[in-house]
Amino acid sequence: MERKPIYLDYSATTPIDPRVAEKMIPYITEHFGNPASRSHSFGWTAEKAVEEAREEVAKLVNADPREIVWTSGATESNNLAIKGASHFYSTKGKHVLTIATEHKAVIDAVRELEREGFTATYLEPEPNGLVDLEKFKKAIRPDTVLASVMIVNNEIGVIQDIEALGNICRNEKVIFHVDAAQATGKVEIDLEKLPVDLMSFSAHKTYGPKGIGALYVRRKPRIRIEAQMHGGGHERGMRSGTLATHQIVGMGEAFRIARLEMKSENERIKTLRDKLLQGLQSIEEVYVNGDLNHRIPHNLNISFNYVEGESLIMAVKDIAVSSGSACTSASLEPSYVLRALGRSDELAHSSIRFSIGRFTTEADVDFTIQLLKDKIKKLRELSPLWEMFKDGIDISKVEWAAH
Amino acid sequence: MAYSDKVLDHYENPRNVGSLDKNDPHVGTGMVGAPACGDVMKLQIKVSDNGVIEDAKFKTYGCGSAIASSSLVTEWLKGKTLDQASEIKNSAIAEELALPPVKIHCSVLAEDAIKSAIADLKSKQGK
Repeated sequence: MERKPIYLDYSATTPIDPRVAEKMIPYITEHFGNPASRSHSFGWTAEKAVEEAREEVAKLVNADPREIVWTSGATESNNLAIKGASHFYSTKGKHVLTIATEHKAVIDAVRELEREGFTATYLEPEPNGLVDLEKFKKAIRPDTVLASVMIVNNEIGVIQDIEALGNICRNEKVIFHVDAAQATGKVEIDLEKLPVDLMSFSAHKTYGPKGIGALYVRRKPRIRIEAQMHGGGHERGMRSGTLATHQIVGMGEAFRIARLEMKSENERIKTLRDKLLQGLQSIEEVYVNGDLNHRIPHNLNISFNYVEGESLIMAVKDIAVSSGSACTSASLEPSYVLRALGRSDELAHSSIRFSIGRFTTEADVDFTIQLLKDKIKKLRELSPLWEMFKDGIDISKVEWAAH
Repeated sequence: MAYSDKVLDHYENPRNVGSLDKNDPHVGTGMVGAPACGDVMKLQIKVSDNGVIEDAKFKTYGCGSAIASSSLVTEWLKGKTLDQASEIKNSAIAEELALPPVKIHCSVLAEDAIKSAIADLKSKQGK
């Protein structure tokens, strides 16, 4: 039987923490009631669990529980926030501002608004992945209704200055939406202080179950959104649909654990990440993608020069990581995030995202460093580009016959 | 992507990796592809005075199929005359390695590398 690869893809999804799974189980079997049932104890028990979980989600980000709306995940939250608010306030204007390196759930929701007659700006970040505040301010127009910026980027882990961006939006009277799917349990979020109007959350990036998320909708000053899902008027009319009690309980417990353990966990993960970074930087010609200081400790995105992306992924099959290269498609398409940072196609292709999490061990990191050292050496021995580089030839100046 | 066993074998244990002296009058060098396209192959052949390929070496920047295609042709080239070598077709490479349609271009590149190496040798020897 093949050994399972070492999991270093926590930014894709996390396993459910066993403590979370344990808390969920009674709500699948025993307490199966519909939280909307008001006439019997089955419903009351489920409703109580849902409201306790809502409090836990609110506590992690210092919000009022009444500001939390359950959704199916961050994709739905992003869609509900972006389309819901833009539609509601469209009499003010029909321009939306976002960043070129946002998650597809934001980019594609904005594209949908464009099809409906809105216009949009996809602002390019700086080469380190961070948004320039002046450029952001200049991109706001009199008809800008909403801006959307993620706290933590899913590919390169950089942390945007949400407070400063939010203050710009406040001054310009623009609704500010923030995708926090990759941020919960990793960076401090205080919505009493942050000038944010709408914020998206996901459970499964923070050791909760898949299929559940939430949207924060500010009450003071009150932000209004148009529902995207119509029906029984659940969640104060903003999102109809029977609540998935067990999923909600799981998200609540996952966020409770995140609040209590975030500080110590981040310290441990930073030690591991620094070790991984140091180990990989002992290899020649490696480039870290994205700013290293304004970054969550969980993420390391590195390009290995003179090694082709697809053969690199073949070489590291003993670890589960994400690649900047889509190796299943006929046309090689490098990561749009790395492209937006100005990385060349070659460097974008040969990138690997390592994401570390709760169950990563020091032995996992040691194994990964050795694996990469061995495989990069082997692939470079095979690489005519590496040979040319070693001979002092500038590859960018060679005239290649395109094919 | 699922690779055939033969591609995996050549990828794991590439044959004839290395370089020959490109200034040797008996050595022909072919370099094809481009980094931006995701593959570059360097193929070198060393040919005896009676026109038989004595040695072949390669280096390839590219996917597993590109590495396997170039590794395979170095095996095929040894012992062949230049005329026989120039008859190697990409379809034979693709068939031997069971390349999927999206990887056919790797075998085309290997055929181009052979032609390029032969052309380099001939121009060196003034033929």
